[in-house]
Amino acid sequence: MDEDRLANGLGWFSLGLGLAQVAAPRSLSRMIGVEDTSGSRTVMRSVGVRELTSGAGILGQPMPVGWVWGRVAGDAMDLTLLGAELTSDTTERDRVTMALASVVGVTILDVMCALQYRRRVAGLDARMSNNHGKEVKKSVTVNRPQEEVYRFWHDFRNLPRFARHLVSVQVTGDRRSHWKAKAPAGMTVEWDAEVVTDRPNELIAWRSLPGAAVENAGAVRFVRAPGGRGTEVHVELQYNPPGGTIGATVAKLLGEEPGRQVEDDLRAFKEVLETGEVIQSEASAKHGGPAQPPAMVPQR
Amino acid sequence: MAGRRNLRPWCRSGELTNQGRVCKRRVISASQDRMKRWARMKANCWMGKNSVQVEEVPDPKILNSRDAIVKISSTAICGSDLHLYNGFIPTMEKGDILGHEFMGEVVEVGNKVENLAAGDRVVVPFPISCGNCWSCQKGLFSVCENSNPNAWMAEEVYGHSPAGIYGYSHLLGGYAGGQAQYARVPYADVGPIKIPDGMPDEKVLFLSDVFPTGYMAAENCDIQPGDVIAVWGCGPVGQLAIKSAFLLGAERVIAIDRFPYRLNMAQVQGGAETLNYEEVDVLDALKEMTGGRGPDACIDAVGIEAHGTGLVGAYDRAKQAVRVETDRPFVLREAIRACRNGGTVSVPGVYSGFVDKVPFGSAMNRGLTIKTGQTHVQRYLRPLLERIQNGEIDPSFIVTHRLPLEDAPRGYEIFKNKLEDCVKVVLKPQAA
Repeated sequence: MDEDRLANGLGWFSLGLGLAQVAAPRSLSRMIGVEDTSGSRTVMRSVGVRELTSGAGILGQPMPVGWVWGRVAGDAMDLTLLGAELTSDTTERDRVTMALASVVGVTILDVMCALQYRRRVAGLDARMSNNHGKEVKKSVTVNRPQEEVYRFWHDFRNLPRFARHLVSVQVTGDRRSHWKAKAPAGMTVEWDAEVVTDRPNELIAWRSLPGAAVENAGAVRFVRAPGGRGTEVHVELQYNPPGGTIGATVAKLLGEEPGRQVEDDLRAFKEVLETGEVIQSEASAKHGGPAQPPAMVPQR
Repeated sequence: MAGRRNLRPWCRSGELTNQGRVCKRRVISASQDRMKRWARMKANCWMGKNSVQVEEVPDPKILNSRDAIVKISSTAICGSDLHLYNGFIPTMEKGDILGHEFMGEVVEVGNKVENLAAGDRVVVPFPISCGNCWSCQKGLFSVCENSNPNAWMAEEVYGHSPAGIYGYSHLLGGYAGGQAQYARVPYADVGPIKIPDGMPDEKVLFLSDVFPTGYMAAENCDIQPGDVIAVWGCGPVGQLAIKSAFLLGAERVIAIDRFPYRLNMAQVQGGAETLNYEEVDVLDALKEMTGGRGPDACIDAVGIEAHGTGLVGAYDRAKQAVRVETDRPFVLREAIRACRNGGTVSVPGVYSGFVDKVPFGSAMNRGLTIKTGQTHVQRYLRPLLERIQNGEIDPSFIVTHRLPLEDAPRGYEIFKNKLEDCVKVVLKPQAA
């Protein structure tokens, strides 16, 4: 079953039920066979507020994993409350039993949904893509022959010349290298990487070694551009930002959005290969580099 | 960082910099004032809408190894500067130095500039172009792929970034402009053209912008024998487009404007027939003057601040005031409608954003060709200098005012309001 559709249904169900519980606690109590006292009304209303919150939480997010588990916790609470009612004298047994059965049914749906989400997240983490990992794909055309472009990229020590967020790259072995990069909020991050595939003049693929602070993998393809235009350079990067999605959002706020960074870097790569250096204007020199997208925090 | 010059401003060529390297700056010029590295110069700065002020600012510096520094002898105010002055161009910041039409003497070059030396007299083209990218190599200098450090900004607005331009907003690079005593010229081995001795400034200054602009506009019309060309806008670009159209073989040129003194110049200097759009209906007149066919090509040398009359004009101004429309395409609409079937509409006039109610149906159904663009000035420098040297044309006829740089604010006012029969204002920065 499509877990998103199920979560959506559960969200709306929570909203509807919560609304009823808050607005008409008396009728609902009668319906489930619980005695209507001021105490039970308060409980009903609190449960209603809880339902409304879960409903909003589930509907408000693309992958509401936590909220669905929250529903399961709520179901456990409901089962406990209803179970307690069974022992009381004033309840109508039949109705409470029916209510219990319904809650059990909903609990099963909630657990199914939550488990499917968990499986999806695990799959994502493994593939380092989609909502929790980040993927970036950018390309640029460089007016230089394929061999020259490949050779320049292949020597990773050249990369900091145009990749402004890279502090340094050291070659530590035949296919191994040590990278140091700037991270948001003025920090640096280091990792080791190895070249996974190296097809001369065509493709270089690398990935970070286990233990890297920021897991990442990438590939750059070199394709001859049509009509004598030079070489197309296609870059694909996958990485897990530290702090997961929240970390990525904070980085975005700080202006360090990776898609933009890769674009800037590729532009600089093209400039260095075509003209020998990155051009500055009076304004860009003043800011210590070409003007950055407006950010709430000054970056470089 | 590649290309970064040394930070101790008072080192001389051959000395050690504070980074322990040998200073590679080839400071050959003996100009007294350039030796004082902490010198300041005067420059005309944008201060806000309808406000420019001549301020003291730091001298420009070499930032990249293909730079040159030019001591400016003459510089002009362009019609597109008025769009900045009138507040129509976004991403301007208070203090930005304006000006993109300038010439002067080279006083300093970066260590990768081979073709220029201090003392050379040059005219500088307004687009900044690297010469190495595919676009530059194809002669499309005004869309150089490398010269806009703020390319990301232009990409957001335009889809892709054009070349950087001197003194024309941060969207187009944030470069300091040339209405100043000195300017830094990037890619000096690609841009500037050396001027032979004996040619006065005013004869060659307009190679920087308006002459190639008028010429490219006329060239884009693909003029055939017998063609009638209509030109909207008798400012400097229009005047030079009229002359260029005749140079390129047009049979007749019809000039359209509302200022009698400008129409007069078009007639006397340019040889054009004239129409005052405040006195006649332009579309009717053009039809009548061309035997019902319409002009073979139409040049819009006006652009975004077209003065529209009547209800349509009011509509454009109202929409612009509430920012629903950014540009006023009054002339563009007329040019499209007037053009004969299968003809060409050539648009050198500057547009910046979005235009409303353009009769694209008329263009499509009647097979018009629309050609436009910022001028690829570098392409035209040599051929047009030759034409000037041959005596075929002397662009200095458009100059009506010569002012010291300090009077730039007054220059903008008279140029904007068409006072004192103003057509072109040339500023002299070294008069001080």
